[in-house]
Amino acid sequence: MATLLDLRRRIRSVKSTQQITRAMKMVAAARLRGAQERIFNARPYANQMQALLQSVTARTEFRAHPLLAERPVEKVLLVLVTADRGLCGAFNTNLTRAAQNYFSEQADKQVSVIAVGRKGRDYLHRRGTPPLSEHVGIFTRLQYKQAQAVAQQIVEAYSTQAVDAVDFLYNEFKSILTQRVRVERYLPIKPLEPAAGEALIDYLYEQPAAELLNSLLPRYVETQVYRALLESQAAELAAKMTAMDTATNNAAEMIDSLTLYMNRVRQAAITREIIEVVSGAAAT
Amino acid sequence: MADVIATEIRLDIVTPDHLVAHDSVSGVTLPGKTGYLGILPGHAPLLTELAPGKLTYMRDGLPHGVCVTWGFAEVLPDRVIVLVQTAERAEEIDVERAERAKQRAEDRLKRFADPQIDMERAHEALRRALARLETARHLQG
Repeated sequence: MATLLDLRRRIRSVKSTQQITRAMKMVAAARLRGAQERIFNARPYANQMQALLQSVTARTEFRAHPLLAERPVEKVLLVLVTADRGLCGAFNTNLTRAAQNYFSEQADKQVSVIAVGRKGRDYLHRRGTPPLSEHVGIFTRLQYKQAQAVAQQIVEAYSTQAVDAVDFLYNEFKSILTQRVRVERYLPIKPLEPAAGEALIDYLYEQPAAELLNSLLPRYVETQVYRALLESQAAELAAKMTAMDTATNNAAEMIDSLTLYMNRVRQAAITREIIEVVSGAAAT
Repeated sequence: MADVIATEIRLDIVTPDHLVAHDSVSGVTLPGKTGYLGILPGHAPLLTELAPGKLTYMRDGLPHGVCVTWGFAEVLPDRVIVLVQTAERAEEIDVERAERAKQRAEDRLKRFADPQIDMERAHEALRRALARLETARHLQG
């Protein structure tokens, strides 16, 4: 039987764990607010970019552009966006499971991977398929520049025909309680059809439309990548917050049951002592 | 056409991080890739790439300056949408930092024989620094 002292120690240690999980939950909540705001702030740019691209592609021979050209897919590049740290519930596990599925689906093709986030990189190393390149530790201070770096890499791989398609695997931020694993094809860029009923405006161009498209498309990819990274970041923080909330509650439950048990043990010890005293007195 | 030509344009300046401006203005000057463009209300639809430079506009009779780096602008008769990588209002510009960046870029460009230096990058850095300084001066002058 556990002694009183052991139980007290145990309770103290659970309490301090609870304090840590509670603090982690608060931190995640605070950072989540910032991340959500950033998604919100990035939206107008992404929307305008899309509208712009729509109107340019609608009036150019855009099929000719290397980033829009579809070719038979033999080699695919997967960008796996995971978190840098654990302690966020099933966030990373869901991703690695989805990656596993992806690999078996694409078994007939040559798959290479770019890892964003430490957990994904570690997973790939364990699996024995080291990533082509890795972007680790970018989520603590996520900036547009980092999305640019990833985007440049995939654009280059695609336009040099090193790969025939680029897919993104990431967690989408649905709400604080739910994240959804998504697989999206980023390259080739799907031609954007203008929304029905929308009149096309005839623009004056300062430079040839094809040239404009040339600089517009890589930027479009950048905004897409940036969005995926922001979503993943927000989803990670939300998952962490929920996980830490559960952990804090579990710790509270554990403390309760341990305290109850400790009191029983103490009661038993007292009773035993009394019996000893009484029987000692009776013997004399 | 009996359209009444508006006297104001709605100007939106957006970057990936935030909305820099959302104003009703009476005129905008854009740093186009092939030169500065003056936009007044009722301008024909136009699409252009932007170069690092000084974007200025008038609001309530007061001039405002924003330093923009690479981006796009879409001009419609009643609306100007500026999509840029970075945009800083003139009053936000760190002049000292821009001066340092200019110095650094110039030093790099002087060592043009050095194969380790990416000339194009240095050029671009210089252009950005100059754009910042110019915008900052515009506010003071």
